[in-house]
Amino acid sequence: MTVFPLEWLSAAALLGALTFYLLFGGADFGAGLWTWCFRGPLAQRQRALVDQAIGPIWEANHVWLIVAVTILFTAFPAAFATLATALHIPLSLMLIGVVLRGTAFAVRTHDVTSRADGSSSTPVVWRRIFAGSSLVTPALLGITIGAVASGGISAPRTSDTFAETFIAPWLAPFPISVGLLTVALVAQLAAVYLLVESREAELKRLFRRRTFAASAAVFFASVVSLLLCESGAPALYQRLTDTAPGVGMVMLTGGLEGATMAALLRRRAGPARAFAAAGAVSFLWGWAVAQFPYLLPPL
Amino acid sequence: MTDLLAARSQMAMSLGFHIVFAALGIAMPVLIAVAEWRWLKTGDEGYVMLAKRWSNGTAILFAVGAVSGTVLSFELGLLWPFFMERAGPLVGPLFALEGFAFFTEAIFLGIYLYGWSRLPPIGHWLSGIAVAASGIASAVFVVSVNAWMNAPTGFVLREGRMIDVRPLAALWHPVAWYESVHMLLAAFASTGFLVAGIHAFLVLRRPGTLFHVRALRIALAIGTVPALLQPVSGDLMAKSLAEHQPAKLAAMEALFVTARGADFVVGGIPYADTQTIEYGLKIPRVLSLLLTGDVDGEVLGLDRIARSEWPPVAVVHVAFQLMVGCGLVMAALAFWSARRWWAGGLEQDRRLLRALVIAAPLGFIAIEAGWVVTEVGRQPWIIHQVMRTSEAVTPMPGLWVPMVTFSLFYLVLAGIVVWALGRHVAGTVSEPVDRATTRRAA
Repeated sequence: MTVFPLEWLSAAALLGALTFYLLFGGADFGAGLWTWCFRGPLAQRQRALVDQAIGPIWEANHVWLIVAVTILFTAFPAAFATLATALHIPLSLMLIGVVLRGTAFAVRTHDVTSRADGSSSTPVVWRRIFAGSSLVTPALLGITIGAVASGGISAPRTSDTFAETFIAPWLAPFPISVGLLTVALVAQLAAVYLLVESREAELKRLFRRRTFAASAAVFFASVVSLLLCESGAPALYQRLTDTAPGVGMVMLTGGLEGATMAALLRRRAGPARAFAAAGAVSFLWGWAVAQFPYLLPPL
Repeated sequence: MTDLLAARSQMAMSLGFHIVFAALGIAMPVLIAVAEWRWLKTGDEGYVMLAKRWSNGTAILFAVGAVSGTVLSFELGLLWPFFMERAGPLVGPLFALEGFAFFTEAIFLGIYLYGWSRLPPIGHWLSGIAVAASGIASAVFVVSVNAWMNAPTGFVLREGRMIDVRPLAALWHPVAWYESVHMLLAAFASTGFLVAGIHAFLVLRRPGTLFHVRALRIALAIGTVPALLQPVSGDLMAKSLAEHQPAKLAAMEALFVTARGADFVVGGIPYADTQTIEYGLKIPRVLSLLLTGDVDGEVLGLDRIARSEWPPVAVVHVAFQLMVGCGLVMAALAFWSARRWWAGGLEQDRRLLRALVIAAPLGFIAIEAGWVVTEVGRQPWIIHQVMRTSEAVTPMPGLWVPMVTFSLFYLVLAGIVVWALGRHVAGTVSEPVDRATTRRAA
């Protein structure tokens, strides 16, 4: 197929939509993740902080996912058809997570008994569902991206078994490591955003600690992903380690994550947020650079 | 169950679930805006309280609508990858426009819900108007995609591929206009009647509660006019079907044989195998009169359509009758309510109030039935005369598993939403709203 500039433009728009989704929707997932840890006397104030941060805007933040899907099926319909077929199972599970998460959040924050100070007499189960789906949904999104990156997805062949076609591409070490990396990244983004957003010293201390923890998790998960990449996504690994753009992106990502830590150590929340956001974007773009120019392996 | 039927059932259920929230999400902002506008005009705090109560409930409906819409955008690919492979470049731009409209809607909804004390009153009201306007716009874009599937346009078919695509052509096709108007009227009529029914119930329980009387009046004001216009819109649609989808129309009317002076069949169960209708009431020549304006006009029957291209006649006919029946009852009730309103004493007429309570779900039953008519009536095509539904379905085996999973999931979700909204309704009963109104006004 001849490569027209229009296709590059569409690919850039797709990457742009995913970038916004990571920065906004991702932080939204991350904020939900941290509600796992809201216990003790500060729990209600933390909950109020998260509700205020994501409440007015979460639906708009998740439109980026729909934008990405729309660009994919408008500009790359054949690739979309193949992806939607091979990744039917993780995408369906992800959708259940999306629905549970939105419903649980809305039911809790818009209940008659809910107040802006984070108090609510709705059953505790809504908090648990919100926290749980905030973990599962980004993990499954990461797994699907890992499956695409692995280069193992192709149109179903009649000779393949069900497991080979519909399970093997995503239920493998490398996609799962990308899922974990995604969870760590969104947790880091949310922690550093909430660190900047919070006004109280106690909350700031908590979210500073959490940003450290999440940054360590990002480091750990990215090392594991890179190690698994060699066997799990050989073409990607080759480009990330053997070509100048690939190596450049790996170094840039590492540098930005290091800068995030350094800014945190010097208690500079604003720059830490900027570096963490740039670092997350650089992970995503690193994948795009390493994958270029193929969305799916050529037939 | 075949995989094709499982995929169709899952899609039908997902659409059937989402459409309820979509319709409420289109019309509720208008009800809320009317209440808030009354507050701006009169300064009566009771109206702003009504607007706040309604918007809190709507926030839940909107959230469930947003996430169930996300599910649909994926299911198009998960269940119908080969449809998207062919139609993606054509319907994609319409979905993109819908995405932007929804984006605007979500942003202004956030401003509306969280901006009560942060915006000047008129600015707050205008953000509510922006929510309503973008909700209407996104309905038009999505319904246009459906209209395109019914009356595909804007491409040249060459060797099975669509080339020279003009995606926005679908928006200007008359079918898109008829369908959009019909859906918007349905959304306003059914939401108006549902809300009116709930508040009529509460007025019956506590006669004279100003809060519920006002809510009832606003809901009826929004619901009645569309309910009266809907039969006209339906008539226009039927005439456009005669031109673009004669098979669907023939199945709706259960007209097996092309006839001059065709009868209109009320009720009845059509049997495609024997080409007969049992238990139906035939009104002579009325079908010809309705469709052609002439009692002896010719109406095309299923005999002019290849047997392999018939939609399931019984399902389409029964769903159509159900939709029309509900719509006519609503139109009659709208007329009755309007007369009582002009004569005065609307909220004292307990017979009318009881009728409104019973009629509360009719609009949504009609919407579900209407989508069954348009979707099942298009079968066996997914894109009318271009692609069969069986050619579009995913090759993944065992589709009954996701179908059952999503069905149970949506069933539970529906229960949850009813429970959550029930708490809102109960909240207006346990806390005497009129006293709260006077206390806040003081």
